[in-house]
Amino acid sequence: MTPVRERCEVLERRRTGAYQALTLVAPRIAEHARPGQFVHLLAGEDRSFPLRRPFSVHKVERPGTGMGTVEVVFDVVGAGTRALARLRPHDVVDALGPLGRPFDPPEGPAGCLLVGGGYGTAPLFFLATELRARRCRVDFVIGAATAGRLLDAMEAKRLGHSLTVTTDDGSAGRRGLVTDPLAGLLASTGAERVYACGPMPMLAAVSRLAAAAGVPCQVAVEEQMACGTGICFSCVLPVGDGGGAGPGATRMARSCLEGPVFDGAAIAWAELGHPDLEGAVR
Amino acid sequence: MTVDLSVDLCGVRLKTPVLAASGCFGFGREMAGWVDLAALGGIVTKSVSLEPRRGRPTPRTAETPSGMLNAIGLQNPGVEAFCAGDLRFLAEAGATVVASLVGRSPDEFGRLAARLDGEPGVALVEVNLSCPNVEHRGEVFATDPAAAAEVVRVVKRATSVPVLAKLTADVTDIVAVARAVVEAGADGLTLINTLLGMAVDTRTRRPRLAAVTGGLSGPAIRPVAVRCVWQVAQALPGVPIVGTGGVVTGDDAAELLLVGAAAVAVGTGNFINPRAVVEVAESLERYLAAAGAAAPADLPALFKAER
Ligand SMILES: Cc1cc2nc3c(=O)[nH]c(=O)nc-3n(C[C@H](O)[C@H](O)[C@H](O)COP(=O)(O)OP(=O)(O)OC[C@H]3O[C@@H](n4cnc5c(N)ncnc54)[C@H](O)[C@@H]3O)c2cc1C
Ligand SMILES: Cc1cc2nc3c(=O)[nH]c(=O)nc-3n(C[C@H](O)[C@H](O)[C@H](O)COP(=O)(O)O)c2cc1C
Ligand code: FES
Repeated sequence: MTPVRERCEVLERRRTGAYQALTLVAPRIAEHARPGQFVHLLAGEDRSFPLRRPFSVHKVERPGTGMGTVEVVFDVVGAGTRALARLRPHDVVDALGPLGRPFDPPEGPAGCLLVGGGYGTAPLFFLATELRARRCRVDFVIGAATAGRLLDAMEAKRLGHSLTVTTDDGSAGRRGLVTDPLAGLLASTGAERVYACGPMPMLAAVSRLAAAAGVPCQVAVEEQMACGTGICFSCVLPVGDGGGAGPGATRMARSCLEGPVFDGAAIAWAELGHPDLEGAVR
Repeated sequence: MTVDLSVDLCGVRLKTPVLAASGCFGFGREMAGWVDLAALGGIVTKSVSLEPRRGRPTPRTAETPSGMLNAIGLQNPGVEAFCAGDLRFLAEAGATVVASLVGRSPDEFGRLAARLDGEPGVALVEVNLSCPNVEHRGEVFATDPAAAAEVVRVVKRATSVPVLAKLTADVTDIVAVARAVVEAGADGLTLINTLLGMAVDTRTRRPRLAAVTGGLSGPAIRPVAVRCVWQVAQALPGVPIVGTGGVVTGDDAAELLLVGAAAVAVGTGNFINPRAVVEVAESLERYLAAAGAAAPADLPALFKAER
């Protein structure tokens, strides 16, 4: 389905923990959005020519069952998210979506371990809903720096068969990183799939642990984006064909088009952020 | 008044005077779901080199006041993959293609032009003499009139389609460079490329681009583009110019056409509105009608040079 540009009315904006949740009336995007995809939002109507900002689809209400809404959850970090945090009901936001490649759900009912860090947990709720509809068992591990930055643990508890919580400072759940309990959970839940979203170092660790356990793993990455539609080449990351591809064997894949969901084993984690190497294929 | 939007650019008929600028429309394929590629004035492809290039490290872009910086570093699949994939696709989609070429030496430019000569679908070539965000600033041929002219001479010998030379405004005298490339055989000029810039994150106290410096584009540079088109059009009347820099609306396009551009190219505007090329043309049509102009080429005569 090709994405569309929709001028969306704000239905609601509210706080959720340390984050903001924004619900937009976007029937055409809501109709086709899949878990892992994102919307590219423009707030503030060109006055100072802001670029759009990408956000994962957190929840969707399909048109028909409701008015057709898309909800995103975001952290206020800079000018763009500050502007979004000032939106009020009936304001209008210009959105492109649904963009990017979604998570690939298993064919039949399978055990799935969902791993989220901070607001990176946002797309996992949408995914969990879809997996549940496919009769998959869903186990959640969510982590954050501190209790306030956990995203909606209650909802994860409701949607999941089990929920494990970690915080860096121990203010909620187990103290430590979200990856600490992973090896144990992979064994105890018998998960056949891992899905993760969060900061890059976390995704690298999750991919490594899943590979070690022989479990396929998909990760939703967050590269800085300008266009979101595949035309500017700002959102690239090195992707190989798996199996320890060295420099030269990787190509720079656009995460807005070929991602944001990638096979964790395909990303050349060691090359991320490294200086450019000339002469490799696109 | 009925308006005919079509224009002649170096002997090539374009459906509208609004093109997609190089590097700001991918290789066209990505945009097929957003616009009818055949209806655009033209698509200047992302610059292609002989060998594939991986480009610069990330972050590659940063938002700046009314614009952005980029240091993509000419990531492209190389001319062979371009011909086999992207170009074939564009030709089949009925797009008017301007193939943008980039090389490290006049010889590389010549080999690229020769490779593309006779490829179906290439209406013009544009020689990118001016990309500011490559590792070797020596690639910015457009800062040296003699070096720029040499590239154009070699390319002209190797191709049968008209050649546009894309220049930078990061020079003391753009007219001197323009004159040199026209004397060397350039059929037209594209003015301007991005301007070399830099931004620092004051919180981390680090450059915002991994490559430290990058090219500034967007509405912030439009006055520079307007000035360059104006100066060059005055000095070299009759040389077709593709005005590029900060075009986001039909009005922006009209500004460049008024001072002498034959066509315009929309760059950064595509990142915010994937239908920008189409919408700029539509709104330009309304502007022409309101101004009493039958065609884009009528605009320069309507420009009042005195304040
Ligand atoms: C596919 C995808 C999904 C995302 N989903 C979410 C989400 O669900 N919730 C959420 O809070 N955030 C999400 N982000 C990150 C979010 O886009 C940035 O936090 C936001 O763009 C920052 O904008 P700003 O103007 O407040 O910050 P500034 O730092 O002022 O932004 C300046 C520029 O940098 C870009 N930028 C800054 N930080 C990031 C970043 N971390 N990732 C990508 N681009 C960045 C901005 O888009 C903008 O172009 C996602 C990013 C991507 C790529
Ligand atoms: C992300 C990006 C990539 C670009 N890549 C190229 C390129 O490969 N070749 C080229 O000649 N110009 C390139 N340009 C320059 C544009 O074609 C254009 O000249 C410039 O951005 C000014 O126009 P604008 O303000 O409308 O963007 C690039 C610009 C941007 C923003
Ligand atoms: S953000 Fe422009 S190519 Fe991905």
